[in-house]
Amino acid sequence: MLVSDIMKKNLITLGPDSPIYVALELLHKHHIRHIPIVDESNQVIGIVSDRDVRDASPSIFASNQSKDLDNAIKTIMSTPVVAIHPLDFVEEIASIFYEEEFACLPVVQDNKLVGIVTEKDMLQTLIQLTGTHVQGSQIEIKVPDQIGMLPQVTKVVGQRRINITSVLVYPYTSDPKYRVIVFRVQTMNPLPIVNDLKDKGFDVLWPQELEKSNEL
Amino acid sequence: MSCKAAFVYSKQYTNYKFTADHPFNQLRVELTKDLLETENQLKEKHIIEPRIATDEEIGLVHDKDYIKAVKLAGEGNLSLDDGVEFGLGTEDTPMFVNMHQASALLVGGSLSAVEAVLDGNYAHALNLGGGLHHGFRNKASGFCVYNDGAIAIKYIREKYDLKVLYVDTDAHHGDGVQWAFYDDPNVCTLSIHETGRYLFPGTGSVTERGLKNGYGYSFNFPLDAFTEDESFLEVYESSIKEVTAYFKPDVIITQNGADAHYYDPLTHLCSTMTIYERIPLLAHQLAHQYCNGRWIALGGGGYDIWRVVPRAWAQIWNVMLTNEVFTNGLSAQWRDKWQPKAPVSLPAYWRDPSPLYKPIPRKSEITEKNKLTLDKALQFTRNFAKFNPTRKQGNGPS
Repeated sequence: MLVSDIMKKNLITLGPDSPIYVALELLHKHHIRHIPIVDESNQVIGIVSDRDVRDASPSIFASNQSKDLDNAIKTIMSTPVVAIHPLDFVEEIASIFYEEEFACLPVVQDNKLVGIVTEKDMLQTLIQLTGTHVQGSQIEIKVPDQIGMLPQVTKVVGQRRINITSVLVYPYTSDPKYRVIVFRVQTMNPLPIVNDLKDKGFDVLWPQELEKSNEL
Repeated sequence: MSCKAAFVYSKQYTNYKFTADHPFNQLRVELTKDLLETENQLKEKHIIEPRIATDEEIGLVHDKDYIKAVKLAGEGNLSLDDGVEFGLGTEDTPMFVNMHQASALLVGGSLSAVEAVLDGNYAHALNLGGGLHHGFRNKASGFCVYNDGAIAIKYIREKYDLKVLYVDTDAHHGDGVQWAFYDDPNVCTLSIHETGRYLFPGTGSVTERGLKNGYGYSFNFPLDAFTEDESFLEVYESSIKEVTAYFKPDVIITQNGADAHYYDPLTHLCSTMTIYERIPLLAHQLAHQYCNGRWIALGGGGYDIWRVVPRAWAQIWNVMLTNEVFTNGLSAQWRDKWQPKAPVSLPAYWRDPSPLYKPIPRKSEITEKNKLTLDKALQFTRNFAKFNPTRKQGNGPS
C-alpha cells in the first residue's frame, strides 16, 4: 500500500508570517493537531503542532494583556521537517512514526506539499487490514511454519462461496515452529468452512467447540 | 394478570427458505405454534394473518434498486455476478424462488403486529417470523433479506410519531437496525450480544453510541464468549431497566433471537432456558410501566430449532397472555408428533437440567469483564440521571 492511497489531500496550511492566534483558531475549527507551514511556492518550510501553539500561549491564569499570540508562526515552527513521498510504502513510514515519535508527516512531491498522513490515518489503515470494519466472522488456524500452508488453507475456504475480507499471519508465541493464520470471512455461519478445515486435519483454534469437551 | 395479545402467523412463513441444509429454518415458527396449541395456550381467536408489505413500505428502509434485485433473484433472473453487490447468491443469503414475496410477508407480519397494537385493541403482538436484524439498506446479509424490524420502526415513526425502544437479545449484534437509526434521537436501540471479536457481524462495541442528534441513543453490551445465565441476566436486567427509565419510550419492540443458548451451533454463549423466561417477563413489566402495555415482539436467530427455539419462543407468548412462564413437563403430544422428524432428542421439560454442561473454568473472569462492559455502556445514562435528577422527560441530553 502506498502513501498516496491513505494520505489526506484537503490541506489546512499557513504562511510563515501568519500570527500564532490564527493557527490556534484553525486547530480548533478543524479539529486537527498539525499545520504545515508553506511558502508562496507551496514548499514546506516548517510544521506546528497543537502543543507548539499551546506552549506559546499565555497561561490560563495570566491576565489577558499578553501579545504573545501576535507573533509570527515561523518563530515557533519546527524545522527542518521530515517529509515523505506519495510513492513511499505505508509499511516504511510506519517505522518513522514509531522511531521518531512524530504524530504527523507531510507528503511532498516535486518540492510541493501534496498531502498529509497522521497517526490516526495509520491506525485506520491497520483497522482496514484486519478487516474488522466489514461484517464477518473470524477463524483462527494453527499451522506449522512451512512453505505452502496458506494456499492449502485458502483452497478449502475458496471451495465455499464465501468472501475472505482479510488474512493475517501471526507468530504462534509459545512455539516458534508454528504460525497462526487469521481469516475474516463474510458469513454468519463459518461452520461449513471450519468442518472442512478439520476434515483436512487443520488445527482450528477458533471457533472452539465447547460442546464436546463440556458435554455431561 | 391477563392481557390481550395477537399472534401473527401464516403457514406461508416457511416459504422463506434458502436451501435444504441452511441453518435459518422457519419451521421453528410452526414448531412453536404447534407447541402452544398442544399446551392449550394458543387459540384460533389469538391468531392474526400477516399482510404483505408493499414496495413503498419496504422502501422506508431499503433502496429501490435492491428491492428490484430481490424480485429478479426470486424469478431466477439475477446472475450470481449481479447479485454480489446486493449480498444475494452468497452462502448466507442464497437466492430462492419467490424470495421477494416470502420476505415481504415476514415484513408484513411485523407491520400487522404494529397495527394490532397501535390501531387495534391489543396490548401486545408477537411476530416470530420477523426480527431479521442484519438486513441493510441495499444489501442482504446474515440470513436476512428485508429488515422487518427497521421497517416496522420507520412505519411507527411516520404514521404514529411515537418514541421507539428497540431491544435486541439475539446473540449477534443487531447491526442493521442500529445503523438505520444511528442518528435518530426518537429511536433508541439496545443490543446485547456475544462480542464481535470473533462472531459475525463484528460490530456492537460499547463505543458505538449513535451519531449527531442520535448520540446517546444506541447502546451495546458485547458479552464474552461462554457467558452464562447469571452474568447474561445481570447485564440484561440492569441495561433494559436503566435505558427504559432514561429514554421513556412510547412503545417497545423486542427482537427475541434465541441463539444465546448453550446448544446453539452458531454462537458461543452458554445460557440455558432460564434467560428465556426472564427476557419476556421483564420486557412485559416495562411495557406496562412505561408504554401503557404497548409491546411488539419479533423472532430472530435461533439455530437449534428443536431443543431451544420452540420452548424459548413459546414462553414469550405465555408471558404476553398471562405474565407467567411454563414450568414442569412439556406437552407429550407435541414431542410424540415431532420426535420422529427431529435429529436430536426433544426436551421433556420447559427448564433445562441443571447443570446442563461442565463448569466453565474462566467463569469469574467472564463475569467481571461483562460487569465492566455493563458499567461502561451505562456510564452515559447514569451520568445523565445523576446530573439531571429532576428532569422528567426522557429526552436525553440537549
